[in-house]
Amino acid sequence: MTQTLIACHECDLIHRVQPLPENSKARCRRCGALLYAHFPNTIEWSLDLAITGLVLRVIANIYPFLSLESQGTVLETTIITGTIILSEQSMAGVAILVLLTSMLIPCILLGALVYVLWPMKLGHRLPANRRAFRLALTLRPWSMTEIFLLGILVSVVKLAKLATIIPGTALFSFLGLVLVLASINTFLAPQTIWEKMDEWR
Amino acid sequence: MAMIRGHAVHTAARSGLFNCHGCRLLVRRPSADGQMLVRCPRCGTRLHLRKPNSIARTWALLIAAMIFYIPANLLPVTITTYLGSTQPDTIMSGVIFFMQTGSWGIALIIFVASIVVPIAKLIVLIGLLVSVQRRSHWRPAERTRLYRITELVGRWSMLDVFVVTVLVALVRLGYLTTIEAGSGVVYFAAVVVITMIAAMTFDPRLIWDALEKNDESPAH
Ligand SMILES: [Zn+2]
Repeated sequence: MTQTLIACHECDLIHRVQPLPENSKARCRRCGALLYAHFPNTIEWSLDLAITGLVLRVIANIYPFLSLESQGTVLETTIITGTIILSEQSMAGVAILVLLTSMLIPCILLGALVYVLWPMKLGHRLPANRRAFRLALTLRPWSMTEIFLLGILVSVVKLAKLATIIPGTALFSFLGLVLVLASINTFLAPQTIWEKMDEWR
Repeated sequence: MAMIRGHAVHTAARSGLFNCHGCRLLVRRPSADGQMLVRCPRCGTRLHLRKPNSIARTWALLIAAMIFYIPANLLPVTITTYLGSTQPDTIMSGVIFFMQTGSWGIALIIFVASIVVPIAKLIVLIGLLVSVQRRSHWRPAERTRLYRITELVGRWSMLDVFVVTVLVALVRLGYLTTIEAGSGVVYFAAVVVITMIAAMTFDPRLIWDALEKNDESPAH
């Protein structure tokens, strides 16, 4: 079952779904919003990216983010120490928000994609796969790794005169994660995946 | 083709179709109008012709954001202690610090992300709400694009919240210098989250509904 009509989610105009050239996107002719995309390998690419992202995410959790060297002592910091310190300063709400947007939501998003796409690639499906995929799509704006990375750079500049800051392994894997999530945003074609799910009915 | 107002336009709502918000499936609207709960057969999202109570909810969120915006800017976001002396910093004094130390690029990034973007977002969303309530016909495509940009850029205001977190984590007790988070950051984080939800709650299709004749505009 292929969807023949699609409505723009920003202006409600109905369009006939037309075959697109490979690796291109269709936009609404009235308001310019993105309608659908055609990436023939969207399932494989998104799956590979999501698995890579999860691996990078684990590395970023184990290794220290930054080391701060001042007066002969070295202090290592991970994301978790930052949020623990915030919650100690009665900033639990902010700590939870930072933990969610920089760590948990990107993890859940990637995990949900793997949960849906891996079985799909092998021709299976797992229970609640539609709900998992919808969750991944909904979480996209709340995954803020790229903003967090910029935040780290700004803090490093601010502290540059105070101490020597040594980038840790986690920082590089986090940079990789940012690139992975940006690529998923580009190559994930939700319409293709929904239609693939419809084939199971 | 450009759609001129008054001419027949094929929108999902006018064709009696729900445009599923979760998966974009077009679902025929049941003929009985009393139907309260209709869910998408493909992804299970609750179906509406338009986001429910979009205008009232967006207004409420924007007003809350405007109230929180005041303490967010007046209260310190960081409190630095250096050799016994304490220095509270607001968002703006943080920007000024970067300017004074010659980091113009960083000063500009923080100024845009923490001050320009939240204010612009509030102004744009209020403008869109007023234009929809007045059933304005003025440049719908441009207003929709403005909405799209607002929704895309708003997340970047989280920058300052992350900066404070990293600073607090790096500069810890036991050093001559310590940095503590100030209560301003709580209000600022609230402003960012609330305006993000406000942008998601606003339904840009209302901009286009105003171009149709009054009696034909769809209810939710
Ligand atoms: Zn459109």
